Amino acid sequence: MSTISNEQIIEAIAAKFGDNVKTEGEPYGLLTVETGREQIIDLLSFLKNDATLKFGFLTDITAIHYPEREKAIGVIYHLHSLQNNIRIRIKVFVADGDVHVPTATVLWDGANWMERETYDFFGVDFTGHPDLRRILNVDDMTVFPMRREFPLEDPNRVDKKDYFFGR
Amino acid sequence: MHNHPVFTDNDPQSELSTLNLGPTHPATHGVFQNVLQLDGERIVSGVSTIGYIHRAFEKIAEHRPFYQITPLTDRLNYCSSPINNMGWHMTVEKLLNIQLPKRVDYMRIIVMELARIADHIVCNGVLGVDTGAFTGFLYMMEFREAIYEIYEEICGSRLTTNVGRIGGFERNFNEIFFRKTRKFLVDFPPALAEFESLFNRNRIFIDRTKGVAEVTAETALSYSWTGPLLRAAGVDYDVRAMNPYSSYQDLDFEVPVGTTGDVYDRFLVRNEEMKQSMRMIEQCLKLVEKEDPTIFHADVPAYYLPPKEEVYNNMEALIYHFKIVMGEVETPVGEVYHSVEGANGELGFYLVNDGGRSPYRLHFRRPSFINYQMYAPMSRGMLLSDAIINMSSLNIIAGELDA
Repeated sequence: MSTISNEQIIEAIAAKFGDNVKTEGEPYGLLTVETGREQIIDLLSFLKNDATLKFGFLTDITAIHYPEREKAIGVIYHLHSLQNNIRIRIKVFVADGDVHVPTATVLWDGANWMERETYDFFGVDFTGHPDLRRILNVDDMTVFPMRREFPLEDPNRVDKKDYFFGR
Repeated sequence: MHNHPVFTDNDPQSELSTLNLGPTHPATHGVFQNVLQLDGERIVSGVSTIGYIHRAFEKIAEHRPFYQITPLTDRLNYCSSPINNMGWHMTVEKLLNIQLPKRVDYMRIIVMELARIADHIVCNGVLGVDTGAFTGFLYMMEFREAIYEIYEEICGSRLTTNVGRIGGFERNFNEIFFRKTRKFLVDFPPALAEFESLFNRNRIFIDRTKGVAEVTAETALSYSWTGPLLRAAGVDYDVRAMNPYSSYQDLDFEVPVGTTGDVYDRFLVRNEEMKQSMRMIEQCLKLVEKEDPTIFHADVPAYYLPPKEEVYNNMEALIYHFKIVMGEVETPVGEVYHSVEGANGELGFYLVNDGGRSPYRLHFRRPSFINYQMYAPMSRGMLLSDAIINMSSLNIIAGELDA
């Protein structure tokens, strides 16, 4: 299947970035690393251009919101090395109120709309993005709807409350 | 090639006209808008606006148990719903570490490849319509109808199939299903050959498509294109071949690859994929016969929604049914990314689970959304009529574009 192993990727990243990139684990075989926004573009660029890793394909950019954490918003990148047939997941967590992450459009043209979608839903401000506008929602919307503080269901509904189910 | 004056915005000589292509234009085959600046009939610049049928699926998915997310996936690429359903169920199975019996895998492949054929029939037929040839589309519709009848045999629905369960299917495939599938495999190849003879060497069709919207492999990869579009550009990336899911590794098939990435190549690649899909279905029909004919789901009672007759007659099944429907089943905490080869490219599901009744976060990597972002940049300098053909060959499904 894959021609390189996760351990090789971890070693290559550690040799270049040291403690600035932390390995989170390998859930279901997919190597997950976490880094800060200062290193993210360097890391993506290294993974893309490294002669052995060759993570040249950007699969996806999305985000996740953990309101209880200090760094509440995480931007999640999935890269794919088509030559080595291996994937990697990279996470960058930033604090709510200072949601700035440098744009990946400098490396992939395809990052443009993925980042616009992430901005639209989570309010992640991708600094340096050429055209950061809402993409799926209307322009005059004032909230970022995928954040957890916007519950979906009518709060007056009681038929699905947890205490009915002993939770 | 075509020298035309480039006017600046403040030039009084400027004669650019603005054309609003969409949101509901018959040639867009979906609801999306392109505001084009035209110099004569040559496009100078374009701005795409999408989101007209955005239905907040990712938000809704955070409030629903796993089974209730299946109907959401139906409505992504509604030309090939079963692929989305199976992709979602496979994602959950990966999260729950469920191993499927081989027979279920092969049954799934049959349904998924039928869905791919149905999708490509519509795409290539409509491409013919947009070049002015209605005949091919009408001929091919008969076979999409045949595929929809096959869907009806397994789940009762035609468009939004909602087929499958976590761990398999809700019921075993009946004899009529196999009979109809075999009949389809006999009837369809001659029709496809006729369809190809109508287009492949047709002078008008070639003039309208060859050399239009050429895309290099580098550009396609930079824009994260996947599926037939990327393969037409010469990159042989197919999820089924690279990361086989659902026992695709047991089958013998080829990945058709184009050279120039133009509209004509995309058309040929899709036609060839239909033939490969039929090969796979043939092999799977043989493989299914070798397995135990009573097996149609994995033995995971805690996650597999039991059939209704069991719910009415069996206490265990009733309890599991209640727990599954109310979202009471224990699910492991973790995050999983799984992708399947949809009709338009890599359809990925990124699922973050916190053990609750619904996913903590579910993200769909929608191929149409990612493929479409190149449309406006690549339209620059194109004729308006070529831009229409280009849009048809991208096969943008509005449901998948907007989610």
